[in-house]
Amino acid sequence: MLEGETLTEAIVEMIRRSSCSIPRDVQEAIAQAAEREAPDSGAQTTLRLLLENIRLAGQLSRPVCQDTGALLFYVRCGREYSQRAIRAAIVAAVRAATQRSYLRPNAVEPVSGKNSGDNTGPGVPYVEWEETESAGLEITLLQKGGGCENVSCQYALPDAALGAARDLEGVRRCVLDAVHKAQGKGCAPGIIGVGIGGDRATGYLTAKHQLLRPLDDRSPDPQLAALEARLFDELNTLEIGPMGCGGRTTVLGVKAGVAARVPACYFVSIAYMCWALRRHTLVARPGEEVAYHD
Amino acid sequence: MIDLQLPASEKAIRRLNVGDRVAISGVIVTARDAAHHYLTHSDGREISGTLRDGVIYHCGPVVAQENGVWRFVAAGPTTSMREEVYEADIIARYGVRGIIGKGGMGDKTLAACRKYGCVYFDAVGGLAVVLAQCVKRVVAVYKLEEFGEPEAMWVVEVEKFPVTVGMDTHGRSIYQEIESRSAARRNELLARKSA
Repeated sequence: MLEGETLTEAIVEMIRRSSCSIPRDVQEAIAQAAEREAPDSGAQTTLRLLLENIRLAGQLSRPVCQDTGALLFYVRCGREYSQRAIRAAIVAAVRAATQRSYLRPNAVEPVSGKNSGDNTGPGVPYVEWEETESAGLEITLLQKGGGCENVSCQYALPDAALGAARDLEGVRRCVLDAVHKAQGKGCAPGIIGVGIGGDRATGYLTAKHQLLRPLDDRSPDPQLAALEARLFDELNTLEIGPMGCGGRTTVLGVKAGVAARVPACYFVSIAYMCWALRRHTLVARPGEEVAYHD
Repeated sequence: MIDLQLPASEKAIRRLNVGDRVAISGVIVTARDAAHHYLTHSDGREISGTLRDGVIYHCGPVVAQENGVWRFVAAGPTTSMREEVYEADIIARYGVRGIIGKGGMGDKTLAACRKYGCVYFDAVGGLAVVLAQCVKRVVAVYKLEEFGEPEAMWVVEVEKFPVTVGMDTHGRSIYQEIESRSAARRNELLARKSA
């Protein structure tokens, strides 16, 4: 079982890998998008610069983006693990990773305005738990930057102004509106997580969970899969482009998921993720070496 | 690529047009939310000389300190629109010639750019390592204790810092143009109901 110092160091290594790299599926999507842009256009130049930045970040072990984001940890573990012990290791790892400049000090106490300096504070880092049948530990980190969090939003349907009723067509209209409103401010091209239903809190949680899916993953629900594909095509005709300066690439992916709602509510929650989607997973199976994957 | 050496003259700034690719060299100052609030509500005495004919960079960097020397590790732009309430006043009061950021700014800033001779430069959001490599040294830092690392005012010397003119002194803004074009497209898509 992974514990104590060894666990902390393994988490620090996962944070380093997460912060200093971009998952392969996202890199491939950026590379393909660069090929689709008009030759020598600003959009193509920008997308190629992003790839160069990713290469350099990996080579130098430096954060891909200076906004190393809110740290969202998703833990899945067997019953042999203690949640308190894992949380303590996560907190220690976050402090160490900040010390080593893999993370920017990003936790500001809202009343005093003081930055804690080590990424810890009330409510952060955020950790979600799931107990698994089998033994072992799996921790996924998602780093979500503030610029794209600011353009994330939530709609309560029906929305008369948008002509959005309580159905998937209504959801489509919300997403078109949200991505248009975001323009380049969320660091387009974005990856759009859509949470349909839930309450105000679980709607957003559902939307953020979609960002953990690989870009080539399609919803198992055929209606949602069709909505994801349609929105991907439609959003890219908005021509907002990389950084909102025009071009054929406005989004790199659209992923939708659901949470049951109470009859009175129908929320559509949109988690806009910047192109710099940073996620990484640590896996510790009994009797095996610790492994990492994006 | 147009080379721009700081401090910049008003004439050099007024020659720039939306879409121009520019490489900036010289001393710039990072400022984001806390710094803009501070510059608006004080005389910014420690920094006013550097800001005159200078450039503000909307950025909260990742920094490292080795043997007492600060180094920029990752330093891409932050969203500029948050400073819209302050920027026009700061351009007027401090004689700033350029703003570097991402996402563009609004009408008030655009009007100030035209009136006082200032441009808005678009840096690529998330281009943190490439841009940090253009930072040759940290000259000084102000308000580090009070504001924290991301919000402090970092005075840095940059070399060939790559940007594109997003808003010029002639009243043009690439962001306004893209916004209105994409709004028209959004409305077309909304008019088209379920397939």
